[in-house]
Amino acid sequence: MPLSAPLRVGFDYTRSLGPVLGHFMTELRARRVVGVRGSDGRVHVPPVEYDPVTAAPLSEFVEVAAEGTVVTWSWMPKPLAGQPFDRPFAWAMVRLDGADTPLLHAVDVADPSAMSIGMRVRIRWAADPIGGITDIACFEPATNPLPTTYPQFAEPSTTPTRPSPQPAGADRLARGRPPGEGGGRAGDVTMVTTPIHLDVVHSVSPEESKYLRALAHGKLLGQRCPKCHKVYIPPRGACPVDGVPTTDEVELPDVGTVTTFCVVNVPFLGQRIKPPYVAAYVLLDGADIAFLHLVLGCAADEVRMGMRVRAVWKPAEDWGTTLENIDHFAPTGEPDAPYETYEGHL
Amino acid sequence: MKQPAAVLGVGQTHHRAKRLDVSMAGLCREAIDRAMADANVDWDGIDAVVVGKAPDLFEGVMMPELFLADALGAVGKPLLRVHTAGSVGGSTANVAVSLIHSGVHRRVLAVAFEKQSESNAMWALSIAPPFSMPVGAGAGGYFAPHVRSYIRRSGAPEHIGSLVAVKDRHNGARNPYAHLRQPDITLESVRASTMLWDPIRYDETCPSSDGACAIVLGDSSAAHRDSAWIQATAMRTEPTTFAGRDQVNPRAGREAAHALWREAGITDPLQEIDAAEIYVPFSWFEPMWLENLGFAAVGQGWKLTESGATAMDGQLPVNASGGVLSSNPIGASGMLRFAEAALQVMGRAGDHQVDGVRRALGHAYGGGSQYFSMWVVGSEKP
Repeated sequence: MPLSAPLRVGFDYTRSLGPVLGHFMTELRARRVVGVRGSDGRVHVPPVEYDPVTAAPLSEFVEVAAEGTVVTWSWMPKPLAGQPFDRPFAWAMVRLDGADTPLLHAVDVADPSAMSIGMRVRIRWAADPIGGITDIACFEPATNPLPTTYPQFAEPSTTPTRPSPQPAGADRLARGRPPGEGGGRAGDVTMVTTPIHLDVVHSVSPEESKYLRALAHGKLLGQRCPKCHKVYIPPRGACPVDGVPTTDEVELPDVGTVTTFCVVNVPFLGQRIKPPYVAAYVLLDGADIAFLHLVLGCAADEVRMGMRVRAVWKPAEDWGTTLENIDHFAPTGEPDAPYETYEGHL
Repeated sequence: MKQPAAVLGVGQTHHRAKRLDVSMAGLCREAIDRAMADANVDWDGIDAVVVGKAPDLFEGVMMPELFLADALGAVGKPLLRVHTAGSVGGSTANVAVSLIHSGVHRRVLAVAFEKQSESNAMWALSIAPPFSMPVGAGAGGYFAPHVRSYIRRSGAPEHIGSLVAVKDRHNGARNPYAHLRQPDITLESVRASTMLWDPIRYDETCPSSDGACAIVLGDSSAAHRDSAWIQATAMRTEPTTFAGRDQVNPRAGREAAHALWREAGITDPLQEIDAAEIYVPFSWFEPMWLENLGFAAVGQGWKLTESGATAMDGQLPVNASGGVLSSNPIGASGMLRFAEAALQVMGRAGDHQVDGVRRALGHAYGGGSQYFSMWVVGSEKP
């Protein structure tokens, strides 16, 4: 079985919104939804920066209702991490009253039988709006009893195109700002943070799995190309030059030569080795390709091209299927390898 | 029969570390609107759009071309995404050229961008997969050992890298769009700057920028009197690692250059090219690419740099715009090289115009020196 292990890649992306989406988020924070009017008169919600017909920049904001109609929907029986609910819910395209395009969001209902095309839904606002799409916590059926914490919904909108009544909680934020005015004012929302995390299962080839299992026993296992006779470690399964399968296994010693290197002095996000450290290409004796590893055991400024190094292994009880079993390489004390012996590996 | 193609207009953003005033769409449009005004063309005149940017992890948006279609004016038109890592801006322009060469389209808009402030490129380029040794340290960590190899192979004196940094930053100070504008930088100040990835210093490294670039390309019927004609294009690729790979003077780059000069009818590039915009994100890559491109013999590139030949008033001005060392919106950086080469030919480079440019080179590379894209633009229709 090829080896595999989880790989998690994530970052909290910082999005600058620009004038149109910035105004949309600023208004959401004030519990209002605005769209933008396009060249053909359609009101786009969420607003688009550039007209889908003419590509011209758009700036005529239009406030729409907090209530609308489900255009289409699907059921989410097993929600994923980061979704609006950890219980089953519906995703729906909701066309808010006054808008001509639908908005994708969650609808909080217990059962798919509660969903239908054409049903009326209204926004349930988040308790603490921050200026993001999650200020709309979700939609709920418009026939539900109104939550007492939101007095602005005491008289639900009946005219489809009429803007929703001013939410009481928004007075402080919105005071003195005429509807439809946007962008760039002090206190406006200009950025949103978007956490994005990818969970991947990283699998390696059968050949690399053999090499990794050998590492777990303290052995360095490469493969030789039957055509060019070059020895690859880690093995590739196929020679990158000749394209033929590589099957001949070669055990390599844990001694080699530093071909070239750099000294990493710069700290950065996600770094796992404390700088400064020497990242060096180590060409094991008998191998035809170098790999990157760490060189310790002497001052960084004493590391040289051609320096002979030997693997310093972690204690055997800590070994796993990883090149990290070699803690680092350290100088052997032998004379440096002649330049000609590694010149072809630079 | 290949239809001739020409640059009708170019545009770029003011490049900065953080362009927090615009979205990705707004950033692209700043460059596009300038390019279309420069080309004197409106949206009805654009037949197709080609967009390029570097890895999606930089902005965390998968296939950004989909949500950008409105902003790029691509609704109802063919929209293609190109991705060849850091060389992508050049490849994007070359793909757009091929759509003109083929006779399929009359005018094509090429645009490339990066909004590095949305994440952290050093993080994005240093993700260690399971089972490996986590020694990677971004692009600088990747290229620094190969720079050391170049210094060893060529015997170049240590100050060459600093000379390039001073030259390109002085040039950048004359370019109103440049991110870094450092007229007062000196050889001493560069050499005194922090060693980030020994042998590469802080001042010998490109900045991290938000920015975009756009080029409007057209066929003979769309060309203006002062358009820059595409005289040749070339692209080549090779794997990141294989036994015996030459990381200092990669074969893909040599072969791309050979094909480029042949197509342009150039036998002595140093004599026949009047200005070059070469992708130099770390200063030592100027002499390395001078050799790879055939402007100098192997091991001799640093002598051209040291002699002053690559300065604004030299025999072959390299990166009169300030280059990648002055602005680095990664996805756009290659297209900026191509656009600046065209500006030199069209005589529209302003304060960084080189006198009498009739033929110029635009060059880009990407990945671990795996992707190469180039063009030659000139005032003569091919």
